[in-house]
Amino acid sequence: MADLTTESRPVRYALTGIALVFLFLFLLLPLISVFWEALQKGWALYLSALTEPDALSAIKLTLISAVIAVPLNLVFGVAAAWAISRFEFRGKSLLITLIDLPFAVSPVVAGLMFILLFGANTVAGGWLQDHGLQVIFAVPGIVLATVFVTFPFVARELIPLMQSQGADEEQAAIVLGASGWQTFRKVTLPKIKWGLLYGVILTNARAMGEFGAVSVVSGHIRGETNTIPLHVEILYNEYNFVGAFACASLLALLALVTLLVKSMVEWNLQRQQQASTLRTAEARLQAQAAQP
Amino acid sequence: MSNFLNLRHNVLPGFRLSFGITLFWLALIVLLPFAALLYSTAGMGWDNFLSTVSSERVLLSLRLSFLTAGLAAVINLVFGFLVAWVLVRYPFPGKRLVDALVDLPFALPTAVAGIALTSLYAPNGWVGQFLAPLGIKVAFTPLGIIVALTFIGLPFVVRTVQPVLEDLEKELEEAATCLGASRWDIFRRVIFPAALPSLITGGTMAFARATGEYGSVIFIAGNIPMVSEIAPLIIVSKLDQFDQQGATAVALVMLGISFVFLLLINLIQRWASRRHGAGH
Repeated sequence: MADLTTESRPVRYALTGIALVFLFLFLLLPLISVFWEALQKGWALYLSALTEPDALSAIKLTLISAVIAVPLNLVFGVAAAWAISRFEFRGKSLLITLIDLPFAVSPVVAGLMFILLFGANTVAGGWLQDHGLQVIFAVPGIVLATVFVTFPFVARELIPLMQSQGADEEQAAIVLGASGWQTFRKVTLPKIKWGLLYGVILTNARAMGEFGAVSVVSGHIRGETNTIPLHVEILYNEYNFVGAFACASLLALLALVTLLVKSMVEWNLQRQQQASTLRTAEARLQAQAAQP
Repeated sequence: MSNFLNLRHNVLPGFRLSFGITLFWLALIVLLPFAALLYSTAGMGWDNFLSTVSSERVLLSLRLSFLTAGLAAVINLVFGFLVAWVLVRYPFPGKRLVDALVDLPFALPTAVAGIALTSLYAPNGWVGQFLAPLGIKVAFTPLGIIVALTFIGLPFVVRTVQPVLEDLEKELEEAATCLGASRWDIFRRVIFPAALPSLITGGTMAFARATGEYGSVIFIAGNIPMVSEIAPLIIVSKLDQFDQQGATAVALVMLGISFVFLLLINLIQRWASRRHGAGH
């Protein structure tokens, strides 16, 4: 019998074709063009664009800000997910809304807020500068802006996951005498590791790729306060297209790795869920068989 | 503190620690900067605010930002739904790869997307060379902004609609077919109404993201004042001229509008879950 709930073959082919052409034009072609433009003048030029001093210092700064921002937001994300998914308290939905706030703000506005907070002519910024710490147009400002824009990612990934998993196993561990840390390390962590990994990889991708917020607070000092995306902009505006696309290709590679990890994580989560439904079903059958 | 929070009794430990870390980091990274924004707004004065925001260049940039974001959202609603539908319903080779590719705009830094799209749609680019003879200019015009914002917003629509389509009960469609409905009728009367709340949510998210987008747009827009200058760029150029008050004023208007949209998303989701709940 023909499937009643699908379209005729020409319609199916036409719709699939339109969707694939759209995705090719809007997603795949830009990705291909990055690598094409980067390698247009050969490998030698590509490699020299990546190893010139300004590019290297931009790569270094990008790595520094990611290395600081990712662990901080990781700790925060796990703490927030534990508090929100394991306890009932007043004001919880307000807390979730506030955690999401950085997503609702234009990156440029985010950068502006840090200038208003730590700029040289503000109370806090002036005090810090007197004590030898410049925040805006310096590395601390770049790190702060990066932390802000990547703030919700880990929490966003973990909260729904931990809510759906429930706290039964943790409660059992505690009742059986495990300490809080033991419970977290041996019970919770194995359950959330894939979601955690995905949250971290998303945080990292955004931290290394952030443009708007970092651009506002950076001051664009070559070799000092330029991250890779800002370096891409400078090279592009100087019509150094090979250099710009060479640096951009690093970020595009990062995006590809992110997508790969994401697919792996989704696959593993699915398998984990299937295995746990299977275990529940088996346990139920055994319980039924044990009944007289 | 636990009294004030009305904390329910729980054998699990770690509430004080985890809640403390959460609140501390939230206050430091999110609330403090917002407070700074509000504080400097308070010192601005109403007349100052109004004269900045109502200047022609600012108004035109706001109109451009919201208009292009709206048009991109409409494109994404149509094609995002189509992509989600094809991914859920039709088998084709390489489907998992295509499915992974949909998230590219989430993973690709906006500046990279910006220069890549510009090189594609420039008059001598891979796509632009075919459009130029037809008299269609994309790069360095408002049309280019729409292309960039479409790129940025696509995954929002696909990823909100896709799970809803996956959960649709085929029995309903089978019943409708047996009762003599055509596929088009079923789409109009059964599938589309079920997917509508997720379409609205995804479209609003794409729209909200697009209004604040900066990195991917500034390369392709050409940034001609009054023509292709978006609102976030106005903030940046005011900051470059050390006009922090002006930048703050424009930022406030943008924030106000995006909060309205956040509220709208919440209301729609509540309405949708109520409607969904009533159906069972």
